[in-house]
Amino acid sequence: MPEGVASPRGFQERARAALADPVLRQAMDRARSGFVDKRARAVDALPEFEALCDAARDVKDFSLERLGALLEQYEAKVLAAGGRVHWAETAEDARQAVLAICAGAGARKVAKGKSMAGEEVALNAALEGAGFDVIETDLGEYIVQLAKEPPSHIIAPAVHKTREQVAALFEANHPDLERRLTEIPELVGEARRVLRQQFLTADVGITGANLLVAATGSHVLVTNEGNGDLCSTLPRVHIVIAGIEKVVPDLDGATTILRVLSRSATGQAITTYTSLFTGPKRDGDPDGPEEFHVVLLDNGRSDMLGGELRDMLRCIRCGACLNHCPVYTAIGGHAYGAVYPGPMGSVLTPLQWGLRETADLPFACTLNGRCAEVCPVRIPLPELLRRLRVRIHQQDAKPGRARRGLALWAWLARRPGLYHRSAGVGVRLLRLLGRGRGRVPRLPLAGGWTRGRDLPLPQGSTFFEQYRKGRRR
Amino acid sequence: MTAATQPRVALFVTCLIDALRPSVGFAALRLLERAGVHPQVPSAQTCCGQPAYNHGDLETARGIARQVIDVFDGFEYVILPSGSCAGMLKRHYPMLFAEDPVWAERARAFAARVVELSQYLTQRGVEIDATYHGTAAYHDSCSSLRELGVRNEPRALLEQVTGLTLKGLAEPEVCCGFGGSFSVEYPDISTRLVSDKAADVRATGANTLLAGDLGCLLHIAGRLQREGSAIRVFHYAEIIAGMGDGPAIGEPSGA
Repeated sequence: MPEGVASPRGFQERARAALADPVLRQAMDRARSGFVDKRARAVDALPEFEALCDAARDVKDFSLERLGALLEQYEAKVLAAGGRVHWAETAEDARQAVLAICAGAGARKVAKGKSMAGEEVALNAALEGAGFDVIETDLGEYIVQLAKEPPSHIIAPAVHKTREQVAALFEANHPDLERRLTEIPELVGEARRVLRQQFLTADVGITGANLLVAATGSHVLVTNEGNGDLCSTLPRVHIVIAGIEKVVPDLDGATTILRVLSRSATGQAITTYTSLFTGPKRDGDPDGPEEFHVVLLDNGRSDMLGGELRDMLRCIRCGACLNHCPVYTAIGGHAYGAVYPGPMGSVLTPLQWGLRETADLPFACTLNGRCAEVCPVRIPLPELLRRLRVRIHQQDAKPGRARRGLALWAWLARRPGLYHRSAGVGVRLLRLLGRGRGRVPRLPLAGGWTRGRDLPLPQGSTFFEQYRKGRRR
Repeated sequence: MTAATQPRVALFVTCLIDALRPSVGFAALRLLERAGVHPQVPSAQTCCGQPAYNHGDLETARGIARQVIDVFDGFEYVILPSGSCAGMLKRHYPMLFAEDPVWAERARAFAARVVELSQYLTQRGVEIDATYHGTAAYHDSCSSLRELGVRNEPRALLEQVTGLTLKGLAEPEVCCGFGGSFSVEYPDISTRLVSDKAADVRATGANTLLAGDLGCLLHIAGRLQREGSAIRVFHYAEIIAGMGDGPAIGEPSGA
């Protein structure tokens, strides 16, 4: 797992700490309104956006239905173009494949473009452990690498950092930087200056892929910095690591997804760089890698194919569900303690870590449904989280008092006569405790509520007591 | 309208309204009478089963759902003054019985008869005759908004109230952070979300907050009052039924 994150356990403690962090709040408030407003403007500007989302969902469903065949077709095309394909059933397989390629190439320095699949298999730690010099080249990834933190957002890894924090990191890590930078363009310029050298001296470039195109053996990479293109073309060896669910049949399908991806992610009609790569450098090409490898990562994905969480495989990692999640934007990505945060992560993480380790994640959600509303491939995220809650309930995997309280309440709810009498008693008891007040600032056993909110007390006797006595209006 | 042509309408009071805010139930009765129907209130009703359902206890949720469907059998309309309970009956009951064809059919037929109060009043073309002097912000509950598509109906009804001016929230699509048991299982996160909502409400300058779900209302009222705000909190049904002169949520009732 990534440096700095032990496990998804301890969610509540991390969330509390995050809520108490004013700098995090400042960063997240800025990011949230930025992402939400930009997406809204992009969607408003495209009347057919909702229809495109349906089409994107259909492309993904179509692809998942024939995943095996498409992957084989993709592999054949990559081979025909002179590349190699490595099938990684597990995270360990993926790490070993990458390490073997790097070792085989006699590499010392590895330049990485942003890749969540790479994060998922903890590639950096593996490469560094094997003695390779690893440099992240996406600005956000570079920032979190300097900070020795995992990314906190799937498309904006350093979204939790303020400009001031980034300036301090550069000052501490760039020995030849003469002064503290203050403006964002200065910071970007500084990162570019440092990273340019790295591209030119790297032996291996590693990137992810947003899409794999079966018909052509190509992959599509979208970035706004162009760093992915440099990682793909300058080093001698290029390795792509991508989940198997990224494959689509053809370029038509790919463009359908691209149209909803960038709008959902950053509110752009198209990202600054949308690049298609096919195989290594060919004779006559002005640039490109001598060796080209694709590591196709399963890591639990094919198990999801036949299960009740299959819809999650449609995910195109746009991050819209994070940006529109009130919990994510309140606590930030690190509180989730896993590579994938927010709603999509709360579905994926329990599958990778097991329910007991992660029982908080599917429950740390108000089921408000905004994530599903903005999901460009129509993943019913609240419904998937509910399905995980069912598993957690069945396995009794979540500690706490809620389960017993709910069992008693449910037992009563099945017995209307007793239920109404108990409600009457409960209401009278609460009103006695309230001594004529309309609300209380604290109450025994209600500490969870009253820590941050007054508790409104019952208005009078219950509706049904009053109704039985003849009140009708 | 004669008794023979009147639709057979039942009110699902909901457990929170029954226990904590009966006046919302009576406001609903008053409004349904105004809409020309004589609603029944079956006494065997309890709760819609959301707490069990949202906690992953499907077996219990199914048991409660069967009971609810039985209790309201024979009514043409089942009206709820709550977006989340109506959403449970309308959207989730059919999903609960996906593998039980007989009950799935019953649940689907039942769901088709479930209507949220403001939608039903709008359908019936009821005219509002109520007065409330104040400015109110209206909070859309997430279930009303996303499961039922309730957005304009309560606002249009409230616009008919004499003396009332409606104010828009800056972020009407954002959850108040209640989320049922979420509010007590994750109190710190929940409190942050409701603090943000309270700030949005206060920024409108309104002296009243209205919504159609008692869960959200108790939550936002509890936070506003913790912050010392004097903003009054009501269910929209109370205001359009002309009951806005009574104590607001969290105010002493003296009853």
